[in-house]
Order: sequence, then structure tokens, then C-alpha cells
Amino acid sequence: MREREDEWTGLMRSAISGDSAAYHRLLKAITPVLRAAARRGLARAGQPVDQSEDIVQEILLAVHLKRHTWDVDAPFAPWLFAIARNKLIDALRRRGRRIFVNVDDFAETLPDRSPAEAASPREVAAQLETLPARQREVLQSIAVESASIKDTAQKLSMSEGAVRVALHRALSSLTAKMRES
Amino acid sequence: MDTDQLIRTLAADNDHRARPVGFVMALALLAASPLSLLIFFAALGVRPDAMAAMHNPFFDLKFVVTLSLASAATAVSLHLSRPEASLAGWGWLLMIPIGFLVAGITAEMTIPQRLPMMTRLVGSNSRVCLSAIPAMSLPLLVGSLLGLRHGAPARPALAGAVAGMVSAGFAATLYASHCPDDSPLFVATWYTLATLAVTAIGALAGARVLRF
Repeated sequence: MREREDEWTGLMRSAISGDSAAYHRLLKAITPVLRAAARRGLARAGQPVDQSEDIVQEILLAVHLKRHTWDVDAPFAPWLFAIARNKLIDALRRRGRRIFVNVDDFAETLPDRSPAEAASPREVAAQLETLPARQREVLQSIAVESASIKDTAQKLSMSEGAVRVALHRALSSLTAKMRES
Repeated sequence: MDTDQLIRTLAADNDHRARPVGFVMALALLAASPLSLLIFFAALGVRPDAMAAMHNPFFDLKFVVTLSLASAATAVSLHLSRPEASLAGWGWLLMIPIGFLVAGITAEMTIPQRLPMMTRLVGSNSRVCLSAIPAMSLPLLVGSLLGLRHGAPARPALAGAVAGMVSAGFAATLYASHCPDDSPLFVATWYTLATLAVTAIGALAGARVLRF
């Protein structure tokens, strides 16, 4: 567990200093752990475990949008688990149940690498439809069609800077809409 | 959108750098301060004998108390804007203004006074104090809550309460320059009541707007 967490901290430091590949690897690495924790939380709250992927995506969005609150000199895992715990409790509460989730659960969670059993996530996709057209087009191009920022800029006749701004706004407003829904 | 697609998208947005919470909070407080100053100059103003009053250590003590509250609360609220933070190791900062007050009350007790204790405590201006501090706090409270929204406070009501103390600390600093009552007993009673009211408003508002 300790090694895993040290590796995360190193990846996050590289990510903050601009290494997008390290950031991608970090998000890939934490996702199975978040998934397992989300499943356990749902199971304890007596709710269908197959909705875990929506919660995983909400946690990932929060990690992304709040990563400036992580102190680069601190270990990454406690920060991550605090974000995850917060979003998990929030998600369970919105589904109508209040439960206590122990933070230690996260630290000792074994990764769950089987998203296939889960129902496909719906919340992000549903909120995507409500975004302004430009943001939706940019997000769809990059997320669904796997286009790069450069290709997206060419395709939509926008500058790369404008694509970046639209992408970030889209991610922020998705998160805000999910919180309010 | 499946999770792998989302992860790739987030990685594509890695170049976006958000401003630190402290920076955003400072900007938001600065943006809100003209409103509080407007309330101050329109309704209250600096007391006429302010220059002479500066020679009175109990007049000066009011600013020490209110500014130490504002700065301690600012530090604690910025700390609480991180999701893994707790009050442990930080809560004592909020005791500093109380320490100054206790020291002031003790000092006043040792000096012979013209007015009896209850008269000093009740003062001449308590109703204005109780309404002016919260009124001038509100714009600043909105500012500090906006700043904290940029963070990720895991305990929104607590963070909101401390944001209330930030705004009450600054508002009370303005008010102290108007207020004709300098007795630490007056400050300990009425400034504290006004601050507690703003703190409660901050907690209620924080619980609603600081969830992330």
C-alpha cells in the first residue's frame, strides 16, 4: 500500500509540473481503487453496486477540478481519499441514504479492475446534453472521438486556446450540474 | 462516456492551472470591500475624536482584537479549504483574539475607572454595534465564501463559520474606528455577540454553498 501511495505522489507531482502522460497514468492507477471503494459504499448503503461507475466518474472530476488544493509537499493519498470520501458520501446522500464511510476503508482498499460488470455510467452523458453547443462539441470530440486538442481546433475552426478554454469550462459545468442534480 | 474516455479527457485538460485559493479569496474580499466601506462611510464614519483616542491603549486594543480575529480566521479558513484538513493544530489560532480581550479586561480592572463596570459593559452604542458589524460583514462574507468555493472544504459548515469570522473581523475593525466605547468589557460583550451572529450565518450559508 505504501509503495502504491508513494508512486501516486510522484505521478501527481509530475502531473502538476506539466506531464500529462504522468497524469493519465495516475488517473488510471487510482480508478480501480476508487471503484472498489464506491462499490463497498453502495453495498453498505444497500444500493445496487452496479452504479459505482457514476460515482467513480464524479470523484475523478472532483480530483481534476480541485487538484490545486493539493499541497505538492504532502502525500497524495490522504488528499485523494478525502476527496473520494466526500464525493462518495455526497453521492449516497443524493441517492437517499446517509451512511458513515470510514476513511481507512480507502487506504486499505484493493483495486477492483472489473468495470465490465457495472452498468454503464449515465450521469456524465446525461449532463453532457445540457451543455452549450460549443462546449459539448469540444468535449465530444476529445472524449468520445479521441481527437487531440489540435485536431479538434481544426475541425471546429477554433484556436487551440479556445478549445482548451471550452474543454475546461465544459468539465467545470458538468461537475456543477451533477452536484445540483 | 466511459471512464477511460473521461480519464483521457481530464489528462487533455492537464495544462489548465487554477489559481491558489488564497489568491482568489483575496481578490473576492477586495472586490467586496467597497460595499462594506460604503456602508461604513454612509451610515457611521470615523468618530470625531479618533486622533486623540489613539493615545488611549484601550482604543488601540480594539484594533488588535479585531485584526487578530480577521487574520487568524483567514489562516484557518484557507487551511480548511483543503479536503483533508481538520481544525486540529489550527483551532488555537482563533483563541488569540480572545487572549487579547482577556488581557485587556484584566488590565482595565487594575486601573481605577470613572464609570462602574456595568456602565462600561453596556456602553452607549451597543445596538448600533450589533447591527453595523453584521451589515458590514455581509458583503465580505459573500467574498470569503466565494473564495472558499474555489477550494475543497470537506466540512462546509465549519469552513463557512470561519469565513463568517473573517468577515466579522474586518467589519469590526471598521466599526471600531466609529465606536465611542473603548472598554474591553464592551468589546468582549457586543463585538463578540455580533461576531457570533455572523459566524452562524456563515455556517448556514457554508453548508449550502461550500459543498464541492
